[in-house]
Amino acid sequence: MQAGALSNALKKGAIWGFIVLELVFFSVAGEYLSLSDKAFMDLDNMLLLFKQSAPIGIIAMGMTIVMINGNIDLSVGATFAIAAIILLDSMTWPILAGLGDWVIPVSWLLALAAGTALGALNGLIVWKTGVDAFIVTLGSMLGYRGIVFMFNGENPTSHLNWTLVDFAEAQVLGLHTATWFLLGVTLAIWYLMTRTVHGRNAYAIGDNREAAVNAGIRVGPHMMVNFMIIGFLAALSAVVFYSESGSVNPNDGQLYELWVITAVVLGGTKITGGAGNIVGTFGGVLAIQLLRKGLGHIGADTSTVNLVIGLILIAVLILDRQLNVKGKEALKT
Amino acid sequence: MTRTIPALRLDGIVKTFPGVRALDDVSFEVLPGEVHALMGENGAGKSTLMKVLGGLYQPDAGRIMVGEETVVMATPLEAKTKGIIFIHQELSLATELSVAENIYLGELPRKAFGRVDWRQLFDQTDAILGKLRVGFDARTRVGDLSIANQQMVEIARALTHDAKAVIFDEPTASLTDAEKVVLFDVIADLKADGVGIIYISHRMEEIFRITDRITVLRDGQYRGTVATADTDEEAVTQMMIGRALDLSRNESHHTRGDVALEVRGLSCGKLFQDVGFEVRRGEVLGFYGLVGAGRTEIAETLFGLRDPSAGQILLNGEEVRVHSPADAIARGISLVPEDRKGQGLVLGMNCRDNMTLPQVDDLKAGPFVAEGAEVAIFDQYRDRLDIRTPGWRQLVGNLSGGNQQKIVIGKWLSMKPDVLILDEPTRGIDVGSKSEIHKLIRELAAQGYAVIVISSEMPEVLHVADRIVAMYAGRIMRTFLSDEVTEDSLIQAISGLGEDRPAVPA
Repeated sequence: MQAGALSNALKKGAIWGFIVLELVFFSVAGEYLSLSDKAFMDLDNMLLLFKQSAPIGIIAMGMTIVMINGNIDLSVGATFAIAAIILLDSMTWPILAGLGDWVIPVSWLLALAAGTALGALNGLIVWKTGVDAFIVTLGSMLGYRGIVFMFNGENPTSHLNWTLVDFAEAQVLGLHTATWFLLGVTLAIWYLMTRTVHGRNAYAIGDNREAAVNAGIRVGPHMMVNFMIIGFLAALSAVVFYSESGSVNPNDGQLYELWVITAVVLGGTKITGGAGNIVGTFGGVLAIQLLRKGLGHIGADTSTVNLVIGLILIAVLILDRQLNVKGKEALKT
Repeated sequence: MTRTIPALRLDGIVKTFPGVRALDDVSFEVLPGEVHALMGENGAGKSTLMKVLGGLYQPDAGRIMVGEETVVMATPLEAKTKGIIFIHQELSLATELSVAENIYLGELPRKAFGRVDWRQLFDQTDAILGKLRVGFDARTRVGDLSIANQQMVEIARALTHDAKAVIFDEPTASLTDAEKVVLFDVIADLKADGVGIIYISHRMEEIFRITDRITVLRDGQYRGTVATADTDEEAVTQMMIGRALDLSRNESHHTRGDVALEVRGLSCGKLFQDVGFEVRRGEVLGFYGLVGAGRTEIAETLFGLRDPSAGQILLNGEEVRVHSPADAIARGISLVPEDRKGQGLVLGMNCRDNMTLPQVDDLKAGPFVAEGAEVAIFDQYRDRLDIRTPGWRQLVGNLSGGNQQKIVIGKWLSMKPDVLILDEPTRGIDVGSKSEIHKLIRELAAQGYAVIVISSEMPEVLHVADRIVAMYAGRIMRTFLSDEVTEDSLIQAISGLGEDRPAVPA
């Protein structure tokens, strides 16, 4: 038992150890390599890091539930782009012109509703057809992206509302608006997964779907709710990001699904479902953002960043496997 | 007198894990042409011993001899090349490939430039299959074969090597009686060829039917070897569990109450037809029959996992329609499924969460799970069912089979059902825990539950049931009172030889 407990502790703590390692490495390496004379662990820099983590991080919370549930959602990047377009474009609709700044909450709601609906569509297909979520969302990833291009061709959709920009750029208690959203979502989903029946059932279904059915859990509707949650969060992520930037390209959000899945897996969620936790995902999100930022800090370009993150992902999974194998042997008597 | 050289000999094998001495000085030998049973309760050390033999574990002390040669097996492949072949309970075949490819997997005959010599492959395979007298050929896709025939493929694979010893690990777990006969013929052929056979099984009838000697392990220790002809079930059981076992007939069907569940003319396509029976409170109704007779399918229909094509289900006198397990549970029907690990438990969850899985929704306080109430339920049923676990935080996957089954039973008892259906309640459970589960089933009936027990083991139905329904090919042949039925009439009924069929004139 002790060996199992040790490997468990190692696994849970691993992502945070990795973050500390990154901080130390980039602080030291930054002294010699960085072109800027600011320290890496400068407060403003760290606050910015949280803010920049938000778009991926908010979606990653939803992906954690969906993956614990034994599914996956590849369409989040495209949902993100659709929600962004609806957010910005709806603010210019004549029908909403009389609202003044009240157009903001209306546009937000429209974007969030669209995201939720797209997620519901994914979930409904998975539930009613029984087709693997990977295939369903691979299809909807392509389909949703097609809708994005149909809307405005290759052209960006832009609209700046300065009240909205002011709100998005505000800092409350030192933290940016986006950071507050990330923290709020993390807390809410953490509660959902650890304290509620829905969360408990998500683990049960991901671990043994047949046993969950036999226990009277309605698996189909449950999974659909999770797809709605991740659709909602992909839209929320877009709402938070584009409130500030005011312009969306039809390619925006591409590869988000892969970054999100990387963060979730780094955070210890099993790709086969049944195990994982929100706090780990939060760590995974921070670790990736730290890496991107840190490598930028010491002057590496984007391609290097991708290479390094890819290598680290594989290394983490190998390590995880090793720990798991050891844990199993110790339990067998 | 010259002594035969054993095909396989284990000498003083010791294997310890942190805190546990899993094998403590175990020695035994298998002679060429002998079928040697290895018996013991779960946890007695059989699996560990087989892993040592298969090269998966290295022993801390002792030696293994194949013929006259002392061998060290560092990997499973090495065990195979030394002539030690395993036929596992869980088959490891590539179902999309042909029979021939599976048999020669990793050793396909080749021509120049690494091309596969298909003709030689198929010819060689057909020769081996001919020896086994099976009804399929080398080109058949393995996925199209029945489980029994897939097992034959595994056996054929063993025959391609120069097998010195073949180990069968619970080989009959998923076979029908007819398929068993074929398997036993193959084992007899292997025996005639001078191969040593280790036969691991919990099923006494098989052990006494085909083995020559029996070696018993208990708590990792060697408890002795006896000639099968010189012993009986009771003696072997006593060696295994260290005490005598109660396997008497149930004669207590006097506490029956109202009819809890009645089924009229229930059919489900080709699976079962026109099934009718009733279960009263305080009664255990046994369902006995061969694998595939439709017993499990009836249970699944009552539990809402299948939709019946005709017929009525009446609960407490009222007709009900059960569309899903959620429906069934709400109406007070519970099912302890056949495949405990696959259908009953979430192995990665702890004991408490497994036990309260169907009712967390009812226990919540506001939107949140009420953990205190859950622990209370777990404690109550742990005490009532005597579940041995260090605490509710223990993962269910780490418990023994008997304790796992009690968690499943506890899960349903805590839902206060009217009707409790148990499908093969003691499958894969060791003898000691088995009798505990039997006792528990009797107690539940005495407390007023209506209990249905589906079992493929005759001693089990005779021991726990008040009445026994005999099924054959999707139909109920007869219903017996358990203290009046004879084993012969029961076997006749489940073989379709009931009295309502005209006898074949001589």
